[in-house]
Amino acid sequence: MLPYCRNEEMRSGIIVSGSFTDEQIKRYSRQIILPEVGGKGQKKLLASKVLVLGAGGLGSSAIAYLAAAGVGTLGIVDNDIVEVSNLQRQIIHGGNIGLSKTKSAEYFVRSLNSDVDVVTYQERFCADNAGKIIREYDFVVDGSDNFSTHYLINDACVLEKKPCSHGSILRYEGYVTTTIPQKGPCYRCIFKKPPPPGLIPNCQEAGVFGVLPGIIGTIQASEVLKYVLGIGELLAGRLLCFNALDMSFFEAGAEKRKDCAVCGDRPEITKIEQKNYLDNRPEECGL
Amino acid sequence: MTEELDLRGEVCPYTFVKTKLRLEELESGQDLIILLDDSVATANVSRSLRSEGHEILDLKAISGEVWQIVVKK
Repeated sequence: MLPYCRNEEMRSGIIVSGSFTDEQIKRYSRQIILPEVGGKGQKKLLASKVLVLGAGGLGSSAIAYLAAAGVGTLGIVDNDIVEVSNLQRQIIHGGNIGLSKTKSAEYFVRSLNSDVDVVTYQERFCADNAGKIIREYDFVVDGSDNFSTHYLINDACVLEKKPCSHGSILRYEGYVTTTIPQKGPCYRCIFKKPPPPGLIPNCQEAGVFGVLPGIIGTIQASEVLKYVLGIGELLAGRLLCFNALDMSFFEAGAEKRKDCAVCGDRPEITKIEQKNYLDNRPEECGL
Repeated sequence: MTEELDLRGEVCPYTFVKTKLRLEELESGQDLIILLDDSVATANVSRSLRSEGHEILDLKAISGEVWQIVVKK
């Protein structure tokens, strides 16, 4: 039997127990030893395919922990270039100023864990490519930085029946929720409409506390791992809010809306069309 | 059929990780003989096996520096 890895170098490794190499047993020992994970759980992780939309602040921490845990395939979508101003919070891009964020993220993952296959999409996530990209994955992490893209990701996930962790941050506050297809509320059920233009300051106006995307992005990664492993309670129907100044969490319950435009009883949105997502101005600091 | 897992030369926590992985491959009710060369590792592995709900059928020193655990999955 082949070990649970995805490159030829590792496949030539010595299989010492079941289908794991000795290196894999050492690498993942602290999670294999967890009663809820075990070898079976580790195999699920190595077989899983997760898409991270945005390799910015939220994406950086999500990518780092998903790769470390041995998620077998990581898709990464971003069309930005690494700038020095990113490095205060986008922790995987050190030393890569001027490089595309997808390539920089790929280098980071490869240096961390060669079990992980990285698929990069150096393009803007839009109506034309949304369904095609999302379709290939088991779970989606929304680390985008504007409301239009949050709605686009949500609608594509609802229509493609994919679970998604949505995260968002600004200044010292962030929130995170998980949507499960055909169960509980989607992002549009919770946030029916985006706030009026100008109400939410953009990243340059408002700033962002550097650790904030680390905390929220890590919660998103935790949701992915629990979903793949089939353990614990997800943030489905729950909006978890965090304030780093108060160092407080609070939770708001959310329910599915019958009049939701995409998952309601009579949805207006039945396919992804760019006209529904024209306003892509960055208003938050996911990236 | 009783399987054997020789963990002499292994250290914690890999002794239990490898035990756990081998047990996952066995049918429920099947026995596994585990050989270890450290008394502390022997105590740790047997305690962890019990905590995960397995039954220790036998635990003994079979020579001056080798211990044997027989566990039922």
